[in-house]
Amino acid sequence: MLIRKPEDIPSSEITPEREYLNRRSFLKLAGGVGAIAAGGALVPRLLHGALVDDQPQADTPNSWDQITSYNNYYEFGTDKADPKANAQNFRTSPWSIEVGGLCNKPGHYHYEDLFKPASRVDRVYRLRCVEAWSMVIPWNGYVLADILKRFEPQPGAKYVKFTTLYDPQQMPGQRRPVLQWPYVEGLRMDEAMHPLTLLVTGLYGKPLPNQDGAPVRLVVPWKYGFKGIKAIVKIEFVDQQPMTTWMIAAPDEYGFYANVNPHVDHPRWTQAVERRIGEFRRRPTLMFNGYADQVASLYTGMDLRKYF
Amino acid sequence: MFAACLLPAADLGWRALHPDGLGVNPIEEAEIFTGLWTLRFLAITLAVTPARELLRLGVLARYRRMFGLFTFFYACVHLSMWVGVDWFFAWSLMGGEIVKHKYILIGMASFVLLIPLALTSTNGWVRRLGGRRWRRLHQLVYLIAIGGTVHYLWAVKKDTLFPLVYLSVFIALLAYRVVIRWSARRAHPARAAAVVPNAALPRPE
Repeated sequence: MLIRKPEDIPSSEITPEREYLNRRSFLKLAGGVGAIAAGGALVPRLLHGALVDDQPQADTPNSWDQITSYNNYYEFGTDKADPKANAQNFRTSPWSIEVGGLCNKPGHYHYEDLFKPASRVDRVYRLRCVEAWSMVIPWNGYVLADILKRFEPQPGAKYVKFTTLYDPQQMPGQRRPVLQWPYVEGLRMDEAMHPLTLLVTGLYGKPLPNQDGAPVRLVVPWKYGFKGIKAIVKIEFVDQQPMTTWMIAAPDEYGFYANVNPHVDHPRWTQAVERRIGEFRRRPTLMFNGYADQVASLYTGMDLRKYF
Repeated sequence: MFAACLLPAADLGWRALHPDGLGVNPIEEAEIFTGLWTLRFLAITLAVTPARELLRLGVLARYRRMFGLFTFFYACVHLSMWVGVDWFFAWSLMGGEIVKHKYILIGMASFVLLIPLALTSTNGWVRRLGGRRWRRLHQLVYLIAIGGTVHYLWAVKKDTLFPLVYLSVFIALLAYRVVIRWSARRAHPARAAAVVPNAALPRPE
């Protein structure tokens, strides 16, 4: 399991960025000449059918560069490099979040007022993208439950619905109908209240970069990355399961739950393995992204093939 | 021209040897790069005939076979990346991928269909098969073009703009030939069967 609180992480465990860079250039080199090398030096492996890396290395955080230059954030373009290029002038201050629906304390909350009373947490989480790549990311933020409780959700609130800013002026990706804008995501109430679920405002101890979802984004580590809605402007407590953006886009490919599950493939590609960014070989994908001990009980008795 | 056709491969090699040249996910980047160049060379190959007939660029005709073989070359690099680098020779997993996932199946099928075209690209094979049969066989290229583009279309998550652009280009190149054939048939109904738009055979160079 991988929820490390700051006091658990000896500084020796965090790889310095410089070492990462060296390691990466080596890996790139390996990648580039890989086909040639594979033909020669790796023939023995070939003979006994080398599989995916069965004993992957331990989880070490990806570098700042990796986390901030390879992003899926369609509001700023559909290429992985687009968000970094197009989000630099995005205004994240002042920022306020509208809270509404079935709760006793709805209203418009300023960013600062929202987080001031809560205590900050630092968590190193795996992030598994539905496209079968993954990273390990040291987030800083707040436990979502701590924030939500202050709005006093009513008993009728069964789901929480999140909405991203809609501003085609600032978000060039919203000028094309690639997805239905604004981006909407949702969680069941118990998922939203789970202690692993975060509202994230920082990365590596620095303010969250725009391309990673500044000023505030959702992180649900046992679900595919697209559940982690970015630049949140609205939080609503609702009684019906909200229709999320990717469900609207392709209902047979993306479900409401989107739990990481190596046994349920995407209709077009396998989810059994993943490529950790910076690594050469694929590694097996873990049930609930390795957080099964913490979250499997939320889904007892549910057919996870049906509720994918 | 031969050297020009190798420029994309050289670019890929150069970037692979530089830190960050291929970005954060170099394997994916290299696969996309070689896949796109396969489709581009296929489009260039199929554009030779219209360019010759419409733009009077007859000079291009002698490069058509080379363009076609470079299509095959980039397809080979693309597939080797997938087999040797992306999946690291994990045959059982790759087998599952090919069977289960239609975008890989159609990509693989398109590659397999390319093989006989590459093998029979020599003058010797044109002679052996005879022009008519050789042309029939090489009409497979239209199927390959559509298959390759659908492979691209199904591989992208949501933003289908570029795959659809490639698809339109291939449909236009195919439509050109259909129109030429129709008009030829109308002009000379009796000889229709004998008229083949791509009449120029590869010439000895």
